[in-house]
Amino acid sequence: MTPEKRSAYWKANLWLLTILLIIWFVVSYGLGILLVEPLNNFSLGGYPLGFWFAQQGSIYIFLALIFVYAWQMNRLDKKFDVDET
Amino acid sequence: MTALDFWTYGVVGATFLLYIGIAIWARASTTGEFYVAGKGVHPVANGMATAADWMSAASFISMAGLIAFNGYGASVFLMGWTGGYVLLALLLAPYLRKFGKFTVPEFIGDRYYSQAARIVAVICLILASITYVIGQMKGIGVAFSRFLETSYEMGLYIGMGIVFIYAVLGGMKGITYTQIAQYCVLILAYTIPAIFISLALTGIPIPQIGLGGNYAPGGGEISLLAKLDQVVTELGFKQYTTQVMGSTLNMFAYTLSLMIGTAGLPHVIIRFFTVPKVKDARYSAGWALVFIALLYTTAPAVGAMARLNFTDTLMVQQTETTEQGLAAFEPQPYDELPPWFKNWEKTGLLAWQDLNDDGLVQYYNDTNEATVAEAEALGYAGSEVFHRSGDALNPGPDRDIMVLANPEIAQLPNWVIALVVAGGLAAALSTAAGLLLAISSAISHDLLKGVFAKGISEKNELMAGRIAMAGAIVVAGFLGLNPPGFAAGTVAIAFGLAASSIFPALMMGIFYKKMNNVGAVAGMLAGITVTLLYVFQHKGIFFIPGTAFLAPELGMGPDWFFGISPNAFGAVGAIVNFVVAFVVAKLTAPPPEHIQHLVEDVRVPRGSGEATSH
Repeated sequence: MTPEKRSAYWKANLWLLTILLIIWFVVSYGLGILLVEPLNNFSLGGYPLGFWFAQQGSIYIFLALIFVYAWQMNRLDKKFDVDET
Repeated sequence: MTALDFWTYGVVGATFLLYIGIAIWARASTTGEFYVAGKGVHPVANGMATAADWMSAASFISMAGLIAFNGYGASVFLMGWTGGYVLLALLLAPYLRKFGKFTVPEFIGDRYYSQAARIVAVICLILASITYVIGQMKGIGVAFSRFLETSYEMGLYIGMGIVFIYAVLGGMKGITYTQIAQYCVLILAYTIPAIFISLALTGIPIPQIGLGGNYAPGGGEISLLAKLDQVVTELGFKQYTTQVMGSTLNMFAYTLSLMIGTAGLPHVIIRFFTVPKVKDARYSAGWALVFIALLYTTAPAVGAMARLNFTDTLMVQQTETTEQGLAAFEPQPYDELPPWFKNWEKTGLLAWQDLNDDGLVQYYNDTNEATVAEAEALGYAGSEVFHRSGDALNPGPDRDIMVLANPEIAQLPNWVIALVVAGGLAAALSTAAGLLLAISSAISHDLLKGVFAKGISEKNELMAGRIAMAGAIVVAGFLGLNPPGFAAGTVAIAFGLAASSIFPALMMGIFYKKMNNVGAVAGMLAGITVTLLYVFQHKGIFFIPGTAFLAPELGMGPDWFFGISPNAFGAVGAIVNFVVAFVVAKLTAPPPEHIQHLVEDVRVPRGSGEATSH
């Protein structure tokens, strides 16, 4: 594997990580903690929205993030030909 | 023997036989099987085992109670203990699996080409794991003594015996397969009562949806959460859906500490060494969170509904009244309360003291001035519901009652109550076993084979691992019988240590190629020191009462650094670790060429199959 290809693979990985971690931060710290009061003026399925993000929604989104990461990384591994045989 | 005793002995006995059966079937014969189950565990199976490993007696018994009494403020636990898996999956698990060794200190030692770093990591690991395991041992003793009417000590010995059989015999392989069985027991035990209660209160069988549903017993016109908010505020408590824990900044730091701490706890990390491939490590973290989320998204419903049921049983809200606040509630006569109240009084988790001698049980917030004024007008002399610790009466019920007494409060059949006991034991046993394995592998693999007896044969190392495991069980049991004064402050220590030392060292080892030995060791020591000093100065040096020089333990301490509670300080420790490590690494020589190659190799999945385990 050439150093250029190695570094392109790593950059693509870091880019994916950054996007997913921004979402991770926004749903928990942003919507669940910092913006909880304004969001509580809205409701979702009977829950105040901010409260829902803090006690339900953030957990569902965490789950989605991990599976999206695993799926995207497997694609990257194949694309850069570094997947396990 | 009552019908309930019969069910409890039957269900607990059957689950124990199952665990022992699995242990005999899954004996470990090599060090690879003992430390990492031969790296042959399917990612879904590993996810399930990780979930059982992670969810301790605290998650099973205490968390819903924490939510019940802290409302929105308890979101820090829900988000903190699940969000850590995102960090684990994205930042650590796949790379550590690629590295392909047996223990966490081994990675730190190799990556930082330093025995000192490895030993510091071993110390952090043992401290964090031992403090954690004491809590599990106590949980086992308490569950036995309360439900099976044995003594606390006898319960502890039985628990130690069971763990001894399957952990010493089977190592990681035996532990993994028993944890899968334990997960099934604990999740059934948690969700079945929740489904019944959600049905009773909202008519919706799925608790996650039921919590947003309408309160059925009141005619279904008001949502359950709105009803709960109304009931608790009228009784003088803080509004359920908005009460915060400390300040917004404290909630922020607390959540961050728990997330980083979760990702840095060694007994969880080593579970990802057991899957065959890097790809499996990524998916396995997702599956772990699926199985954890089943319980964690149910817990808010259990907490809220149990709080409402509990409050409603004691203080019945009058429908045809124009009164507001406390006067709109009618306290119930003690003699007419349902049997669960008196059953739980025997355990001390609940207590009643008739302060105004009227035979009625008043329950409200008697630290709220406005409510106290209303109470005095009604002739109440204070809230009369307590719990005991030793001989002392403390205000309010013990929060653990929210899960333990929940099936009785909701009048569920005996087999459900028996299942809850088996579930609590499964949660405590599975976590204890995982922690004990992390401790024994750190001793036999990192200290013995890594430092003191490098030439040890595999057969002897396996024997050493078993002896270390047996030793760890004895030590944990001893500490469970004689809990040191610091047992109460252990959560802060376990998470604080993991967050401030292990997580940053691992993350920088993977993501910052130029991080060197001196930087990593300096960072770990600085992170731990800052965290421990802060915890000790607020909770006492080594938690010895009276040595805390910045006092208040409860409520918002005036001396808290920006209002951050000691339990939430791991996040600050982690930041200190990152900064110190970075600055020191910049000022000292970069790591040698072969280490930088090692890091590059860890970042790429290919070749993990061939990784040797030496």
